[in-house]
Amino acid sequence: MRVKEFLLSFLIVAGAAFCFLGSLGLARLPDTFTRLHGPSKATTLGIGCMALASLVWFTVTRREPSVHELLVIVFVALTTPISAHMVARAALHRRLPVWRGEAPPQ
Amino acid sequence: MISVAVDIASVLIGLAMLLAFWRLLRGPDIVDRVIAIDTLYINACTLLLAYGIAGDSALHFEASLVIALLGFLTTVAFAKYLLRGDIME
Repeated sequence: MRVKEFLLSFLIVAGAAFCFLGSLGLARLPDTFTRLHGPSKATTLGIGCMALASLVWFTVTRREPSVHELLVIVFVALTTPISAHMVARAALHRRLPVWRGEAPPQ
Repeated sequence: MISVAVDIASVLIGLAMLLAFWRLLRGPDIVDRVIAIDTLYINACTLLLAYGIAGDSALHFEASLVIALLGFLTTVAFAKYLLRGDIME
Protein backbone atom coordinates (compact mmCIF):
# COMPACT_ATOMS: atom_id res chain seq x y z
CA MET A 1 0.00 0.00 0.00
CA ARG A 2 2.87 2.37 0.81
CA VAL A 3 4.36 1.70 -2.61
CA LYS A 4 1.07 2.48 -4.33
CA GLU A 5 0.65 5.72 -2.36
CA PHE A 6 4.22 6.77 -3.13
CA LEU A 7 3.76 6.03 -6.85
CA LEU A 8 0.47 7.94 -6.97
CA SER A 9 1.88 10.97 -5.14
CA PHE A 10 4.90 10.97 -7.43
CA LEU A 11 2.69 10.88 -10.55
CA ILE A 12 0.44 13.69 -9.24
CA VAL A 13 3.35 15.98 -8.31
CA ALA A 14 5.21 15.17 -11.55
CA GLY A 15 2.14 16.02 -13.65
CA ALA A 16 1.66 19.33 -11.86
CA ALA A 17 5.39 20.13 -12.14
CA PHE A 18 5.39 19.49 -15.89
CA CYS A 19 2.37 21.78 -16.30
CA PHE A 20 4.14 24.46 -14.26
CA LEU A 21 7.33 24.15 -16.33
CA GLY A 22 5.38 24.43 -19.58
CA SER A 23 3.64 27.58 -18.39
CA LEU A 24 6.95 28.99 -17.12
CA GLY A 25 8.33 28.48 -20.63
CA LEU A 26 5.28 30.25 -22.04
CA ALA A 27 5.87 33.22 -19.75
CA ARG A 28 9.65 33.46 -20.00
CA LEU A 29 10.86 32.42 -23.48
CA PRO A 30 11.86 35.21 -25.88
CA ASP A 31 9.75 34.87 -29.06
CA THR A 32 6.46 33.39 -30.22
CA PHE A 33 7.91 30.22 -31.75
CA THR A 34 9.89 29.25 -28.63
CA ARG A 35 6.86 30.16 -26.50
CA LEU A 36 4.75 27.80 -28.60
CA HIS A 37 7.15 24.92 -28.14
CA GLY A 38 7.31 25.19 -24.34
CA PRO A 39 3.71 24.45 -23.32
CA SER A 40 2.76 22.22 -26.26
CA LYS A 41 5.16 19.47 -25.14
CA ALA A 42 5.52 19.92 -21.39
CA THR A 43 1.83 20.31 -20.59
CA THR A 44 0.98 17.25 -22.71
CA LEU A 45 3.35 15.24 -20.54
CA GLY A 46 1.83 16.87 -17.44
CA ILE A 47 -1.76 15.94 -18.28
CA GLY A 48 -0.54 12.46 -19.29
CA CYS A 49 1.05 11.94 -15.85
CA MET A 50 -2.06 13.26 -14.07
CA ALA A 51 -4.46 11.08 -16.09
CA LEU A 52 -2.23 8.05 -15.42
CA ALA A 53 -2.41 8.87 -11.68
CA SER A 54 -6.22 9.12 -11.94
CA LEU A 55 -6.32 5.76 -13.77
CA VAL A 56 -4.24 4.05 -11.06
CA TRP A 57 -6.28 5.70 -8.27
CA PHE A 58 -9.70 4.63 -9.58
CA THR A 59 -8.43 1.16 -10.48
CA VAL A 60 -7.15 0.70 -6.90
CA THR A 61 -10.08 2.20 -4.99
CA ARG A 62 -12.98 0.85 -7.08
CA ARG A 63 -11.28 -2.56 -7.50
CA GLU A 64 -12.16 -2.69 -11.19
CA PRO A 65 -10.14 -1.57 -14.22
CA SER A 66 -10.84 2.08 -15.05
CA VAL A 67 -9.71 2.69 -18.61
CA HIS A 68 -11.59 5.83 -19.58
CA GLU A 69 -8.70 8.07 -18.47
CA LEU A 70 -6.84 6.59 -21.44
CA LEU A 71 -9.35 8.57 -23.53
CA VAL A 72 -7.94 11.85 -22.17
CA ILE A 73 -4.33 10.74 -22.72
CA VAL A 74 -4.93 9.61 -26.31
CA PHE A 75 -7.07 12.64 -27.15
CA VAL A 76 -4.59 15.20 -25.80
CA ALA A 77 -1.62 13.38 -27.35
CA LEU A 78 -3.39 13.41 -30.74
CA THR A 79 -4.75 16.96 -30.70
CA THR A 80 -1.93 19.02 -29.15
CA PRO A 81 0.48 18.54 -32.11
CA ILE A 82 -2.31 19.46 -34.54
CA SER A 83 -3.21 22.67 -32.73
CA ALA A 84 0.48 23.57 -32.25
CA HIS A 85 1.06 23.05 -35.99
CA MET A 86 -1.87 25.29 -36.91
CA VAL A 87 -0.83 28.03 -34.48
CA ALA A 88 2.75 27.88 -35.79
CA ARG A 89 1.45 28.25 -39.35
CA ALA A 90 -0.58 31.27 -38.26
CA ALA A 91 2.53 32.77 -36.60
CA LEU A 92 4.57 32.20 -39.80
CA HIS A 93 1.76 33.73 -41.87
CA ARG A 94 1.81 36.86 -39.69
CA ARG A 95 5.64 37.13 -40.10
CA LEU A 96 6.29 37.45 -36.37
CA PRO A 97 9.84 38.42 -35.27
CA VAL A 98 12.23 35.49 -34.70
CA TRP A 99 14.68 35.48 -31.79
CA ARG A 100 18.30 35.33 -33.04
CA GLY A 101 20.44 36.90 -30.32
CA GLU A 102 20.61 37.75 -26.67
CA ALA A 103 17.97 40.47 -26.39
CA PRO A 104 14.32 39.54 -26.87
CA PRO A 105 12.71 41.09 -29.98
CA GLN A 106 10.25 43.88 -29.31
CA MET B 1 0.15 11.43 1.62
CA ILE B 2 -2.05 11.68 -1.46
CA SER B 3 -3.93 14.69 -0.09
CA VAL B 4 -0.59 16.46 0.51
CA ALA B 5 0.42 15.62 -3.10
CA VAL B 6 -2.88 17.03 -4.39
CA ASP B 7 -2.32 20.21 -2.33
CA ILE B 8 1.17 20.65 -3.83
CA ALA B 9 -0.25 19.98 -7.30
CA SER B 10 -3.00 22.59 -6.79
CA VAL B 11 -0.44 25.24 -5.83
CA LEU B 12 1.82 24.39 -8.81
CA ILE B 13 -1.03 24.39 -11.33
CA GLY B 14 -2.42 27.61 -9.84
CA LEU B 15 0.97 29.28 -10.37
CA ALA B 16 1.07 27.85 -13.90
CA MET B 17 -2.38 29.31 -14.66
CA LEU B 18 -1.25 32.69 -13.29
CA LEU B 19 1.81 32.63 -15.59
CA ALA B 20 -0.35 31.73 -18.60
CA PHE B 21 -2.84 34.46 -17.66
CA TRP B 22 0.01 36.97 -17.45
CA ARG B 23 1.03 36.01 -20.97
CA LEU B 24 -2.62 36.29 -22.06
CA LEU B 25 -2.75 39.87 -20.77
CA ARG B 26 0.71 40.93 -21.97
CA GLY B 27 1.32 38.87 -25.14
CA PRO B 28 2.82 41.15 -27.82
CA ASP B 29 0.88 39.46 -30.63
CA ILE B 30 -2.52 37.78 -30.83
CA VAL B 31 -0.81 34.43 -31.52
CA ASP B 32 0.78 34.60 -28.04
CA ARG B 33 -2.68 35.09 -26.58
CA VAL B 34 -4.00 32.04 -28.47
CA ILE B 35 -1.10 29.95 -27.08
CA ALA B 36 -1.88 31.29 -23.58
CA ILE B 37 -5.53 30.19 -23.87
CA ASP B 38 -4.36 26.76 -25.08
CA THR B 39 -2.09 26.44 -22.02
CA LEU B 40 -4.86 27.65 -19.70
CA TYR B 41 -7.33 24.99 -20.76
CA ILE B 42 -4.76 22.19 -20.52
CA ASN B 43 -3.93 23.39 -16.99
CA ALA B 44 -7.64 23.45 -16.12
CA CYS B 45 -7.97 19.84 -17.33
CA THR B 46 -5.04 18.76 -15.16
CA LEU B 47 -6.42 20.60 -12.11
CA LEU B 48 -9.82 18.94 -12.56
CA LEU B 49 -8.18 15.50 -12.76
CA ALA B 50 -6.29 16.26 -9.51
CA TYR B 51 -9.54 17.33 -7.80
CA GLY B 52 -11.18 14.13 -9.06
CA ILE B 53 -8.46 12.12 -7.30
CA ALA B 54 -8.81 14.17 -4.11
CA GLY B 55 -12.60 14.02 -3.96
CA ASP B 56 -12.81 10.42 -5.27
CA SER B 57 -15.47 11.36 -7.81
CA ALA B 58 -15.56 10.35 -11.48
CA LEU B 59 -17.63 13.43 -12.34
CA HIS B 60 -14.57 15.69 -12.54
CA PHE B 61 -13.14 13.44 -15.22
CA GLU B 62 -16.08 14.07 -17.57
CA ALA B 63 -15.71 17.84 -17.11
CA SER B 64 -12.00 17.52 -17.89
CA LEU B 65 -12.73 15.61 -21.11
CA VAL B 66 -15.31 18.19 -22.22
CA ILE B 67 -12.88 21.06 -21.56
CA ALA B 68 -10.19 19.26 -23.59
CA LEU B 69 -12.58 18.77 -26.54
CA LEU B 70 -13.89 22.35 -26.57
CA GLY B 71 -10.41 23.82 -26.01
CA PHE B 72 -8.99 21.96 -29.00
CA LEU B 73 -11.82 23.22 -31.20
CA THR B 74 -11.28 26.77 -29.90
CA THR B 75 -7.57 26.73 -30.69
CA VAL B 76 -8.16 25.32 -34.18
CA ALA B 77 -10.85 27.93 -34.87
CA PHE B 78 -8.55 30.77 -33.71
CA ALA B 79 -5.63 29.49 -35.82
CA LYS B 80 -7.89 29.08 -38.85
CA TYR B 81 -9.23 32.61 -38.37
CA LEU B 82 -5.70 34.03 -38.11
CA LEU B 83 -4.61 32.18 -41.26
CA ARG B 84 -7.60 32.93 -43.51
CA GLY B 85 -9.42 35.82 -41.85
CA ASP B 86 -12.47 33.57 -41.83
CA ILE B 87 -13.52 30.39 -40.03
CA MET B 88 -15.98 28.86 -42.52
CA GLU B 89 -15.12 29.41 -46.15
